[in-house]
Amino acid sequence: MGTLLEVKDLRTEFHTQDGVVHAVNGVTFAVDEGETLGLVGESGCGKSVSVLSVMRLIPQPPGKIAGGQVLFQGRDLLTVDDEEIRSVRGNKIAMVFQDPMTSLNPVLTIDTQIGESLELHLGMTKEQARKRSVELLKMVGIPEAEGRIEDYPHQFSGGMRQRVMIAMALSCTPQLLIADEPTTALDVTILAQIIDIVKRLKRELGMAIIWITHDLGVIAGLADRINVMYAGFIIETAPVKEIFGNPLHPYTLGLLGSIPRLDETRKEKLTPIEGLPPDLVTMPTGCPFYDRCRFRTEKCLHENPPLEVSAVRHSVACWNWQDVVKARGRA
Amino acid sequence: MTRTQFIIRRVLWIIPVLFSVALITFIVMHATPGGPWDVDPNKADRRISDQLDKTFGLNKPLFFNPEAFQQAQKEGRGVIESGQAFIDAQFENYIFSLLRGDLGPSYRYRGRSVSDVIFGVQDDKPAWQSKIGTTATLGILALLFALAFGIPMGIISALKQNTAVDYASLFVVTIGYGIPSFVMGILLIIVFAVWLGVINVIEIDYWQRWQSWFLPTIVLGLPTAAFAARLTRASMLDVMRSDYIRTARAKGLGERVVVLRHMLRNALIPVVTFAGPALAGLVTGSFIIENQFGVAGIGDLFVRSVSRRDYTVIMALTLFYALLIALANLAVDIIYGFLDPRIQMGKKEG
Repeated sequence: MGTLLEVKDLRTEFHTQDGVVHAVNGVTFAVDEGETLGLVGESGCGKSVSVLSVMRLIPQPPGKIAGGQVLFQGRDLLTVDDEEIRSVRGNKIAMVFQDPMTSLNPVLTIDTQIGESLELHLGMTKEQARKRSVELLKMVGIPEAEGRIEDYPHQFSGGMRQRVMIAMALSCTPQLLIADEPTTALDVTILAQIIDIVKRLKRELGMAIIWITHDLGVIAGLADRINVMYAGFIIETAPVKEIFGNPLHPYTLGLLGSIPRLDETRKEKLTPIEGLPPDLVTMPTGCPFYDRCRFRTEKCLHENPPLEVSAVRHSVACWNWQDVVKARGRA
Repeated sequence: MTRTQFIIRRVLWIIPVLFSVALITFIVMHATPGGPWDVDPNKADRRISDQLDKTFGLNKPLFFNPEAFQQAQKEGRGVIESGQAFIDAQFENYIFSLLRGDLGPSYRYRGRSVSDVIFGVQDDKPAWQSKIGTTATLGILALLFALAFGIPMGIISALKQNTAVDYASLFVVTIGYGIPSFVMGILLIIVFAVWLGVINVIEIDYWQRWQSWFLPTIVLGLPTAAFAARLTRASMLDVMRSDYIRTARAKGLGERVVVLRHMLRNALIPVVTFAGPALAGLVTGSFIIENQFGVAGIGDLFVRSVSRRDYTVIMALTLFYALLIALANLAVDIIYGFLDPRIQMGKKEG
């Protein structure tokens, strides 16, 4: 499979009154055609900002894409003109956002909101767009789609609205779907339904997905590969089984220790990761995870480890990952 | 509750509101010393004023007439007639004649009824040239000016937030807000009438020269324009940061569509809410400007009738202002329901 999206050394900053917030600090990753990539990390680690930068949807100012390349089908999306980026947005790359309650325009009907991308990108007439919108709503499992097309967002429940968002994103059959924590605002049963819908549609439409979440449980059954982000860096990337079976970064290990598992004997308590992520305004020169790491050494304080290949398709940004492996062996 | 029921209920509510306004105005008006027959600084001749009081029923008690009631009882009249005698008082008589559509005679415009003073026109001029028509025209012009000037200014300064354009608009807004309209009025008169001599403010008939409307319209509408600009700007900024605007951009829509289709309708909801009361405020708030620019409208009439204790005119105009404000608020509620589908009239969201 060919590479669909290639992000190289992407840097995004926010210029605020308190100083420059370094939200994304040289992130490099790629998404193959039809691949599902999970982007995992705690709040504020730069997951959303990196994908919004890909789409050039960072509010500017205060945001600023300070460097890097975003190659999509050979074109650098960061340098193409506004018209060209708009022809990609919603058409070849579509997004589903976190909060379905606020992500739909409250004063426009569902028909208008789904139909407008069809009219824009596929040149459909109003009637064609309407017919297609009904089909899309059926596809994402909205009952009585014909009768609901003229409804307004407030007439739908949260889960239904997220289905509408997905229908909207898939309307032009994009090659890449970016889902920015699409299930965070939903309750668990709805969450499972939404994941099932996305899995099914991925099989049917064959698109690639970038799925952002802070919930490793959600991503386990969905992703082919996982990028773990911390303080604006990708600190580990590996196929999903490797991440769960052979985590190499102390942070990844910590994340896995903080979620309950059914396949292990019951422990007394889950182990949280102590401390807080570093302040993104005054970034440390060394490893950003230094303060919270139990494997830290003198070197970690002064030098930030690069993301280096540790095994086949597995890279980690840690000077001491071998110690992590040993420690895991003992446990 | 359906929309129709809601509207009917709101309309019916206007009745007790107007009654209360009438009652309060009546009390305050009669508590104020002096009467319609006094000519400053002298009190009217006693015999003449007694005679006039009798003619217009001002010699009767204000609210209840127990004397007439006792008289009726003595004469052995029935319950209904005695009751009628009991409420044969100034307030009740006014309300009853009001219900018949009769606003009563003016006490100061001799031989003319209040309706004639407010709605009437001299010679064969069209109806909108009456006093009320003149004020309404000025109010509507001022509102149109305020919206046509304020809304675009607010939109532009939001889209260009914290740039020179935004600051320039803030400057205009501060001036519009900060300078009282009577100062602004005199300022513009000095500049345009005295220095430049392009506008005549002495003895002008506003219906003869349409250019004469410019100055009073601007002076009256400027504070409202300033407010509309600020309101639009704040509301736009709020909408611009919302998630659904990001969604709209993520669809690949152009800036024009994002602004016109996705932002404006949301951003203008509070502005529309404000437009109704603003019109009522402009129509009722033009006393000084009418006086300053010699506009023969009801604002000018109102001030004069208050100082001359022209009771019936005061009552009629106060009630008119109250009705106007009540209707403006009602109109806002109705329009709101069309603009924002989330508002279901009279129904709580489930």
